[in-house]
Amino acid sequence: MSVAFVLCGALAREVIAITRRHGWVVDLYGVAAKEHLRPQRIAPAVEARLQELIPRYERVVVIYGDCGTSGQLDAVLERYNVPRIAGPHCYEMYAGPRFDALMEEQPGSFFLTDFLVRCFEGTIVKGLGLDRFPELRPLYFANYTRVVYLVQEEQPELLARAEQIAASLGLPLELHTSGYGLLEVRLLNLMASLHEERYAPRASTENQEEHRQETAVLTHAGPLQAAQIKPGLKRVQAGVGEGA
Amino acid sequence: MSLKELSDDDLWLQMQDDLYDGQKDEVVEETKEALARGHTPQQVLSEGLVAGMDIVGADFRDGILFVPEVLMSANAMKAGMEILRPLLVETGAPRIGKMVIGTVKGDIHDIGKNLVAMMMEGAGFEVINLGVNNDAQKFIDAIREHQPEIIGMSALLTTTMPYMKVVIQALKDEGLRDDVYVMVGGAPVTESFGQAVGADAYARDAAVAVEMAKAYMARRRGEGVAA
Repeated sequence: MSVAFVLCGALAREVIAITRRHGWVVDLYGVAAKEHLRPQRIAPAVEARLQELIPRYERVVVIYGDCGTSGQLDAVLERYNVPRIAGPHCYEMYAGPRFDALMEEQPGSFFLTDFLVRCFEGTIVKGLGLDRFPELRPLYFANYTRVVYLVQEEQPELLARAEQIAASLGLPLELHTSGYGLLEVRLLNLMASLHEERYAPRASTENQEEHRQETAVLTHAGPLQAAQIKPGLKRVQAGVGEGA
Repeated sequence: MSLKELSDDDLWLQMQDDLYDGQKDEVVEETKEALARGHTPQQVLSEGLVAGMDIVGADFRDGILFVPEVLMSANAMKAGMEILRPLLVETGAPRIGKMVIGTVKGDIHDIGKNLVAMMMEGAGFEVINLGVNNDAQKFIDAIREHQPEIIGMSALLTTTMPYMKVVIQALKDEGLRDDVYVMVGGAPVTESFGQAVGADAYARDAAVAVEMAKAYMARRRGEGVAA
């Protein structure tokens, strides 16, 4: 069965690792993590991927939280009958029930993940405009009381970087080793039942004509060869490594 | 050309431009210059600061400006407001209404809420800003103490926004619900969510919040202005 994952760029490394660990043969398509800065863009970006992929795959799985789309993402997925792993955002997926407890304990908790530690400059500093307007830093961070780093894979250089980030924000750092947490559990559960007919995607009725045309073109062109795979696609096969 | 050489009209335009560009120090100087020319604090507020923020708000909605630029503009407006606020009180500038505003329990994200508070103040509302992480009792206590016509609740997190419903239910339980117009907002909040929790209005941004609040006050006064 051909399977495509459409995933948030912030989860890419982790999903690749999980995919390898369980030997799944799937194609991965990313959506830029920076869309989180304007969550209203997430659902259209994912929908564009679905329109591209549904004619070509027997199953498509979306690996995203609601991520501030206020249900817009799920509304799109419902139209296409595409499943999404449960969860409001990656912090909850990693920390599980501990997330609510941490927020209850200190609402001013600023969360980091391995991705955010690696990409703090790009996603947070540049994303919030702090590279251009450093004077906005207190405005963004004044109410935070601690940095909570949900560690997926313990790596000394990431821990050191997290310490620097916390210091730059003037906040204490707490480490919580979460591993892949519920992200892996939920993905495993979904993959176990993905063969069921209820997960067969459908072209949205709003775009049926467009899909018919796209499918016709793809049928004519035949299956994609590795050399033809579009930029952004990572083919993952357990034990084989990444393709183009 | 120095500020003093500008005509009044050009001074307002300069003030709006500098506010748009987030030039805090310049806006402060222009505010002082406008006052020195004998303009009322109310006039400086509306012709300079509010007019400038209106342009910022429109360009934000049109995707020309982004959050960091808006915040820089807001900082510039805030600096001007700090000069004008005591003068507005002193001169007894008319208030068109009173608002209590805060983020709900569990939510410490106050950038949008503070922007709304400042824009409401600029529009002539007296604003009681409760700050962040407010439980229902804090809203109730503030309503009893300040007797506002409007309360505003803000949340950034999907996990905290359901608390708005808790506050509204508490207002009902305390017999206060019909006394106040309840406005909600925040990044994950939507029109349908606002309706579901029983709010009177959802505002997608600060400028819309101000227009809704003004329209409500006009209706309340029996002026028959549509929302």
